[in-house]
Amino acid sequence: MRDVAIVGVGCTGFKSVSPDLSYKELMFEAATRAYEDAEVDPRRDIDGFITCAEDYWEGFSIFDEFVPDQLGAVLRHLHTVSADGLYGLAHAYMLIRTGVFDTVAVEAHSKASDILTFADIVAFAMDPIFNRPLGGHPYYIGGLEMNRYLHETGATKEQCAHVVVKNKKNALANPYAEYGSDLTVDDVLESETLFYPLSRLDISPLSDGCVVMVLASESVAGKLTDLPIWIRGVGWNSDTPWLETRDWSRAIHIELAARMAYRIAGVKDPRKEIDLAEIDDLFSYKELQSLEALRLCGENDAGRLVENGVTDRDGDLPINTSGGLLGVGYSLEASGLQKALEVVLQLRGDAGKRQVSDANTGLVQVWRGVPTASGAVAILSNV
Amino acid sequence: MKGKMFGKKRVAVVGAGLTLFRRNLKETGKELAYEATSMALDSAGLAIKDIDCVTLGTAPDAFDGIHMKGENLLDGAGGWRKPYSRVFVGGGTGVFAANSGWWHVASGLFDTCLVVAEEKMSSCFPHPQYAFTTIFDPMMNRPLGINLVWIFALEMHRYMHVHGIKKEQIALVSVKNKGNALDHPCAQLPAKITVEDVLNSETLVHPVQRLDISPTSDGAAALVLASEDVAKKITDNPVWIDGVGWGIDSTYWTNRDLYYPKYVECAARMAYKMAGIHNPPKEIDVAEPYDPFDYKELHHMEGLLLCKKGEAPKLTAEGITQRDGDLPINPSGGLLGVGNPIAAAGLMKVCEIFWQLRGEAGKRQVPGDPRTGLAQAWGDLMQYGSVIVMRS
Repeated sequence: MRDVAIVGVGCTGFKSVSPDLSYKELMFEAATRAYEDAEVDPRRDIDGFITCAEDYWEGFSIFDEFVPDQLGAVLRHLHTVSADGLYGLAHAYMLIRTGVFDTVAVEAHSKASDILTFADIVAFAMDPIFNRPLGGHPYYIGGLEMNRYLHETGATKEQCAHVVVKNKKNALANPYAEYGSDLTVDDVLESETLFYPLSRLDISPLSDGCVVMVLASESVAGKLTDLPIWIRGVGWNSDTPWLETRDWSRAIHIELAARMAYRIAGVKDPRKEIDLAEIDDLFSYKELQSLEALRLCGENDAGRLVENGVTDRDGDLPINTSGGLLGVGYSLEASGLQKALEVVLQLRGDAGKRQVSDANTGLVQVWRGVPTASGAVAILSNV
Repeated sequence: MKGKMFGKKRVAVVGAGLTLFRRNLKETGKELAYEATSMALDSAGLAIKDIDCVTLGTAPDAFDGIHMKGENLLDGAGGWRKPYSRVFVGGGTGVFAANSGWWHVASGLFDTCLVVAEEKMSSCFPHPQYAFTTIFDPMMNRPLGINLVWIFALEMHRYMHVHGIKKEQIALVSVKNKGNALDHPCAQLPAKITVEDVLNSETLVHPVQRLDISPTSDGAAALVLASEDVAKKITDNPVWIDGVGWGIDSTYWTNRDLYYPKYVECAARMAYKMAGIHNPPKEIDVAEPYDPFDYKELHHMEGLLLCKKGEAPKLTAEGITQRDGDLPINPSGGLLGVGNPIAAAGLMKVCEIFWQLRGEAGKRQVPGDPRTGLAQAWGDLMQYGSVIVMRS
């Protein structure tokens, strides 16, 4: 299906801190770059605007209020999707597919460095009666899940460490990434255990940044660019919000979201048809778990794949060439668009030193983080 | 943006559900969402397995003290193992949630969509207005310690000043809506009151008095939407969503003239264009504009182009906006009468138009077989309009 294309992208880059810029300035910078890339005037050419934000990350109530001016969306049609930017992309895709909208801009950002009490904010997402009173940093949920995942699948902590080594190495070639480094598996294994078995280097550090994308219908995309990146399919899904009743080894929400995206995109054999993917790696084991949920490898096979270099940048199935969240940083609701941006750049042939050869179809996947079991998938292609 | 088209697929409302609106309901937010969802599914004769996707509306997380409130509510709202997401445009969220349901189905991606709106304000102590102190710019406005009643008082004052409107004229809205709510089984503050009662009620922030303002409420509402072919199998009496609109004005409300809601006009023009409506006062048979304050009903009628600027008080005084008038406005009783659980209140208005156009509004039914109805909500910093136009 060639209904909807990404015709412009803009990004500020991602940094651990950004004291020189307010969130509004970050948004303005990314939006300006995206509009320049698409050669559009937002006040005239963009039919709809979507921002992706959660109030508690921002420290305001009703963040929607603070969005229109810096995006050029005053007295135009803007709304907030309270979710990751990839959900925003899916909503924009639907708006254009109605036939009523020709162009939609999607924005997601992070100013995580403004959050002084990150663990407490995440704790506010825990069920207030059953789970929040247990206390502690909610990332223990990641530790519990990792333990179960390793137990059920036979994957090893070493294989998870390979993910960290690969992604942080990829990030060295990404000018947008700040957490690139040349590590060994032993460095990861020897780093301090924070939420057993998660150690410090298994966990994505926070980052600030903003991504804006301009989407257009087929007829308009053709006028705006010679190299539209088509959105072939989108999917999103949620498993139960209850920690007590969910499956702790499989990411069922990702299995279901992927099924939807593959159905829309007509993908029958993901392993063969997907050339590269940017997938969730908030915690190292998540990349393995997600590979399996996305059917990019066989059951319980992801660890072996990573260990054998299949998912390296020059491997058969490059995964997280941007450096992923481990290398670029966890940019809260911007994580999905950061990943989508990498796939767009790869499919355009604009990924510089990270460029993967012969990539025509890419997959993007994101998880909404602790304590959710929600996530989204998108399939992009340049043909 | 293209006009006079209803999307890739025309979208119908085929079921609706609404809980009681009350202060301090014992149900949790999840339970309220579940109750409204079940009622909506029952009314359409469907089960949750028949629903392809869910879109949720709920206003600030600060009410409940729950981060990512949409994720917390998802099982109550029927979102388990379905494509589920939350849209949020402040007070405009209730009507906007229905708009978002429209594009889920109109895109051709889904055949059925459940739209759920939930709000639980009374768990916010000592009063939900304290949550509203956090909606202001942290540097420019928040240090003033203001809440929403203060800024709406400024807007009300400006509106009265520009058009020379008297408090007595505005009080008529409160009298009408609280009276209409006497016939609504879910209503929180139905009452038979007089203009004098309003004028003699306690002043909160001049010129806003207690009876000018809607209450703190808990509640939930839900709709079932279906694509044209599926809707015709579900019911003989679908109500079509023929126009949706939304619009936002600048964050800097201090730099705008508050006498007129341009953002509502922006939203209304979008919805009218889609629905092919050229003369709103003639073509709209019944409307539910957002009325958290009595002056807002008048303000919004003007923004919706249902009358000229400054003319809404006259229509109200002449009885044209009564349930049996030429242009019935808020026959449900509105937020002033039924209550104001923010997002749920907006969707309650869409439910009301659904029931009015189906002829199922019981004692609230407006006469004359209404065929075209409109609901509207308002949100953010006196900044957001969301509009839906429906036809039977």
